[in-house]
Amino acid sequence: MAKSVSLNVNGKAVKVNVDDPDMPLLYALRDNLGLHGPRFGCGLGQCGACTVHVDGKAVRSCRVPLSTLKASQKVVTLEGLAKGKTLHRVQEAFIAEQAAQCGYCINGMIMESAAFLAKTKNPSEADIKKALANNLCRCGTHARIVRAVKRAATVA
Amino acid sequence: MNIHASRRDMLKGGGALIVSFSIGGPLSEALAQGAGAAKPLALTEVDSFLSIDPKGVVTCYTGKVDLGTGIDTSLRQIVAEELDVPLRTVNLITGDTQLTPDQGTTWGSLSIQVGGVQLRNAAAAASDALMAEAAKRLGVKPEELTVADGVISGGGKKVSYGELIGGKQFSLKLDHTKPPKAKDPKDYKLVGKPVPRVDIPDKVTAKFTYMQDFRVPGMLHGRVVRPPALGAKLESVDEGSIKDIPGIVKVVREGDFLGIVAQNEWAAIKAARQIKATWSKAETLPDPAKLWDHVRNSKVFRDEVTSSIGNVGAAMAELDARTFKATYDFAVHTHGSIGPSCAVAEFKDGKLTSWSASQATHALRRQLATMFGLSPDNVRCLYVEGAGCYGRNGHEDAAADAALLARAVGKPVRVQWSRADEHGWDPKGPPTLIDLRASMDKAGNITAWDSDFFIPQQTAGGFHVPLVAASLSGMPADAHTAPGNIFQNSAVPYKFPSIRTVCRRLETTPFRPSWIRTPGRMQNTYANECFIDELATAAGVDPIAFRLKYLEPNDKRGLETLNRAAALAKWDTRPSPRKEQSGDVVRGRGVTYVKYELARTYVAAVAEVEVDRKSGEIRVPRFFIAHDCGQIINPDGLKNQLEGNIIQTVSRTLLEEIKFDRAMVTSLDWESYPILKFPDVPEIVIDLIDRPSERPWGAGEPSAAVVPSAISNAVFDATGVRLRSVPFTPAKVKAALAADPRRV
Repeated sequence: MAKSVSLNVNGKAVKVNVDDPDMPLLYALRDNLGLHGPRFGCGLGQCGACTVHVDGKAVRSCRVPLSTLKASQKVVTLEGLAKGKTLHRVQEAFIAEQAAQCGYCINGMIMESAAFLAKTKNPSEADIKKALANNLCRCGTHARIVRAVKRAATVA
Repeated sequence: MNIHASRRDMLKGGGALIVSFSIGGPLSEALAQGAGAAKPLALTEVDSFLSIDPKGVVTCYTGKVDLGTGIDTSLRQIVAEELDVPLRTVNLITGDTQLTPDQGTTWGSLSIQVGGVQLRNAAAAASDALMAEAAKRLGVKPEELTVADGVISGGGKKVSYGELIGGKQFSLKLDHTKPPKAKDPKDYKLVGKPVPRVDIPDKVTAKFTYMQDFRVPGMLHGRVVRPPALGAKLESVDEGSIKDIPGIVKVVREGDFLGIVAQNEWAAIKAARQIKATWSKAETLPDPAKLWDHVRNSKVFRDEVTSSIGNVGAAMAELDARTFKATYDFAVHTHGSIGPSCAVAEFKDGKLTSWSASQATHALRRQLATMFGLSPDNVRCLYVEGAGCYGRNGHEDAAADAALLARAVGKPVRVQWSRADEHGWDPKGPPTLIDLRASMDKAGNITAWDSDFFIPQQTAGGFHVPLVAASLSGMPADAHTAPGNIFQNSAVPYKFPSIRTVCRRLETTPFRPSWIRTPGRMQNTYANECFIDELATAAGVDPIAFRLKYLEPNDKRGLETLNRAAALAKWDTRPSPRKEQSGDVVRGRGVTYVKYELARTYVAAVAEVEVDRKSGEIRVPRFFIAHDCGQIINPDGLKNQLEGNIIQTVSRTLLEEIKFDRAMVTSLDWESYPILKFPDVPEIVIDLIDRPSERPWGAGEPSAAVVPSAISNAVFDATGVRLRSVPFTPAKVKAALAADPRRV
């Protein structure tokens, strides 16, 4: 029996119909709401490709059952990071540093970095690497990603 | 954004069907030829590669696809440069068997070297034709014409490309062996410049549609349920075991292929996890503890001599010869794509349409046609970019899974592999075992070099990896073994008096093999470049000086590359190992040189390492690289590729190894098959050697070849012990240190 679940995604109250309230948030975002930002990478919380913000915190959406979310909790995906046409400073920095190859992991890199920079001023390179230690990139874009996060950090 | 809609529109519009009208020919003639002639696909036609619409928008068609390497940008640069049009007016259609020429699989670092050069030839021919036509129309001598932004001017008049050719075909032949004269590199405005990638803005704002995002109307979701053991037979399926899950459309069983189709993705995932199926026991894999014995004792299909000079046996038998031997191995690796393979398929009116991130849509079309008993004309494969694949991963298999499920339910089906599907079932980089022997005279000169590479055969008849769904279901399949050209770089770039290098092509290998990035060249270069370091130490000579002594003196580009890497790293000229280091952490540096396939791109590298003698951990704080791939199209894109190759291969060298038992791969996630993480990524220092007047060579692979040996040589420099088994795990480092006879 399909159930309607209320969510707040990218500033909008939305309802999604699901058979299983324990379905992970990732599938609601991708399949019910048609968003492309959060990506399926492992379903195990090991790679970070599915990262979104819940109340400003970076979380692995593949490991968040819908039933654990309250309708009031603010879910933000890569689609919701920009303010209108103004990109988030982390997005701008990723473009400036050309910090992507295939780009499949980049959603997680940006969402993780944006949450990290929101609470960390002037991070060192080691701080940035530590913050991203559980986000995997296979193409080997790490050096550019670190440069992009550093650049974004200076544009507070 | 919906690629499906845009592709459909394109099919209806000018993409596939272009009014045939030779440039300069009268309209009536064109109409008489019949409007709606199919777009040509032959490599010998300009129209196969590009068209220009009435507004001057250039559309390029290429079988080479962007696997995340940035060629969507660099190929546009090449065409825009040759045609003198702004980059933004060039579109690219890639990897669509109905629209793009078959330029070969996107592999082997050939997208620029072959694909880009073919596009350049087409654009140069088109440019010549447009200039000639403009001269006629404007009544001006061709040499008095100038062109800028797609507008040709002369004699105070001008005419645009769109006015000259807009929407019509060039109908010009193209001979890539005798290409038209291309632009002089000194006039380049776009080629050689770090043009920003066209895809990155969409990728950082979630506007990009990856294969994993791709949807078609009426589409259902499929998941596969693979056997728990390689070779296991499906004995029974209890469909009742998933009856509590709403939305199941069909359980599809075909031989040993089992899949589930559901209304939504989560139902398919849950059902695939929950369904009860019984499988026969199967133990087809060797004992992992005896993998290398298994490889060594595998039946040899054929010995392939890849180089032979002088008499190795006689040189080694010289009375005063010092002889050396060593065995190197390189573990079984996965491609390790971050996004597991995904595909969508649709059967309609006896025709199959397949969307996937295949690096080889033309080859995939032939494979799917064989599998389903269709004419290739009734199969269309379209490329949609996915996560980086780094060779032949599971994308083609997902395409076969989706097609099989789509046929079973009569609706389009999307198949998304799980992480375990990808780690367990993508084809693997095969285990590689290499024996090396050499002799040296009293003066320290190498007199003989002799090597055996134990690597799987490449069966005749094509480079395509059997599709898992075809094999499991018992549908017609190609029983190929296709690891790619893994014999490459088994021969060495050095001039020794006697050389014999032999690839012992094995009949079988434990896992379905395919090419992983830098196939064979990475593993073979690793063994060769470590062993020459061993000999340099035996001769008491600096490792770079020792290599320079044996390099072809006329190969100036090779010498320059090696010398520039040495300068970049501020190489300290002395023999290895470094002397007198105290404390737990010791440091060293190691060099490697490769001439890719002994015929193209040159790479030289220096790795710096720190080895913790107590924990056995290796760190690579810095990696220096000098790189000559001829004419550089996009230096920033090139650097991105080099950084990626180095980081990925540091990961392969230090960490990666498929784990398995007698039944199956057991490393099915990122914890059991870890890859390099941010804190351990080296600083990479690059010296790009640009040669604008030379032909462009490939760069997607060669710099991966230099990494494992540079690290092994640096570890030797630091510790005095030689690592000969990739990955260089802490346990192996500690064991090597413990076995070191010089240890006090």
